[in-house]
Amino acid sequence: MTTATPADHRIAVLGAGHVGPVIARLAVKAGYPVAIAASGDPDDIALITELLIPGARPRWAADAVADADIVVLAIPLNRFLDVDPGLLRGKLVVDAMNYWPASDGVLPIRGASSEMVARRLEGSDVVKALNHIGYHELEDRARPSGASDRRAAGVAGDDPAAVETIAALVDRIGYDPVRLASLRAGRVLQPGGPVFGAVLTRPEFEQAVADNERSLA
Amino acid sequence: MTYTFGLDTFGDRNAAADGAPLSHAQTIRNVAEEGVFAEQAGVDFFGIGEHHTGYFPMPAGDVVLAAIAARTQTIRLGSAVTVLSSDDPVRVFQRYSTLNALSGGRAEVILGRGSSIESFPLFGYDLADYEELFEEKAALFAELLRGGPVTWDGKTRPPLLNQDVVPHLESGPFPAWIGVGGNPQSVIRAARLGFGLALAIIGGPPARFAAYSQLFRQALEKFGRPPLPVLVHSPGHVAATDEQAKAEFWPRWREIISVMAAERGFAIPTEESFDRETGPDGALYVGSPETVAQKIATNLRALDATRFDLKYGMPGLTHDQLMTAIELYGQQVIPRARELLS
Repeated sequence: MTTATPADHRIAVLGAGHVGPVIARLAVKAGYPVAIAASGDPDDIALITELLIPGARPRWAADAVADADIVVLAIPLNRFLDVDPGLLRGKLVVDAMNYWPASDGVLPIRGASSEMVARRLEGSDVVKALNHIGYHELEDRARPSGASDRRAAGVAGDDPAAVETIAALVDRIGYDPVRLASLRAGRVLQPGGPVFGAVLTRPEFEQAVADNERSLA
Repeated sequence: MTYTFGLDTFGDRNAAADGAPLSHAQTIRNVAEEGVFAEQAGVDFFGIGEHHTGYFPMPAGDVVLAAIAARTQTIRLGSAVTVLSSDDPVRVFQRYSTLNALSGGRAEVILGRGSSIESFPLFGYDLADYEELFEEKAALFAELLRGGPVTWDGKTRPPLLNQDVVPHLESGPFPAWIGVGGNPQSVIRAARLGFGLALAIIGGPPARFAAYSQLFRQALEKFGRPPLPVLVHSPGHVAATDEQAKAEFWPRWREIISVMAAERGFAIPTEESFDRETGPDGALYVGSPETVAQKIATNLRALDATRFDLKYGMPGLTHDQLMTAIELYGQQVIPRARELLS
């Protein structure tokens, strides 16, 4: 069992659009040290950070990542291709992105989009999480552990220790983590998958994943 | 505090009483009737949003607004929204300054980056560029609105060198807003370029947008700009009772959102989610005049906003249902909301 506290895991959120500030705010509330970065000068997002994410620190992406243990990717997937994989080497990377062919264009994706992310980031541990609940719901539906109306959120990855760390993060920000054994299995979390966009309890979530497996078998 | 109240439509394709869809042409003629009737009912603003689909056959709303302008005297008329990223800011300015001329200074425009995306492939734009397209074009539009010759150079259209763009504005810039769906960087942009902030709230608790209007005010201050207004745009439907409004709206909402959900991957609405959205903490203004007025007043206060635009209608509703909704909105919802806010 891990005894790590949130303070042991410094988080860098890359992306200050719809999704990034919501994840950053939830992580600050859960006790994590949080830095947030957009594509440019941190001054450009200083006001956003001060008002929407009090407690987080706006930084240049490279600086935020260098000091972080966990890096959350909350940028359009087509912009991910501009991120230098070397920057993320050795980091635990949360892929909160989704593949939208209409806006991302055709990307070289076979299997799960997170597998493409992981192939590009071969020096990092990649975990798929926080992508399947809409950004405007992510905060409203968060509940403390044990609440009767608490919902589930999926955590998928190939490295069990990395999955465990992110499951703890998901738990602390307000969701029952449902662990999926591989990035490939994380396909159920993608657009078109059985839990995408749905805000389900843990039994409903597990049922939806099981039904999906049966229908594919 | 002066509050204004508008109605927006996306040219939602009407149905006949038996549910059969009306033609695009008849729907467009009906929208013109609805705009004229909105003025008679006491509505302050009538907006038409650009769309390019069979459910929303409304790519040239400015033409319809011109027809409404010719038959009205006081109602303000504008886009809600113009997808500026896939348009030419010079052409948008020309169309709306023409509308402004025709209507005696009643034109407005709400500029959108592109939450509705059909126009990108249609006009040969790459959706992946929508941020760059919008940033550049919104900045050029702000220049054009100032009046006088424009010199401009960028990547998204040919340069302009001391270009006189006509028709000239008769009495200064017309009101222009940027539509924002939840990206805080878009809020900052509206403040930086000097546009009003139009918050499109279509799901979840509206109160969470209060931070955006605070962000907007502080950003205006930071950029040394005078205060600019905040408007709230949300979907809804008004009928005599809550039950009737919900019964008319729900099947149409379910159908449209289900189609969008399949295309864009969000959740298919359930009766539970619909009840939540039509309840006091949701984003849909569906109900009796009293219910809708209460919700408008509460949220304008919570969001420190001075204008509310109800996006009325939904594909599959009848023209008669829409005319009733407009009448109730103008004659009952607006006066009641004003009373609650005073």
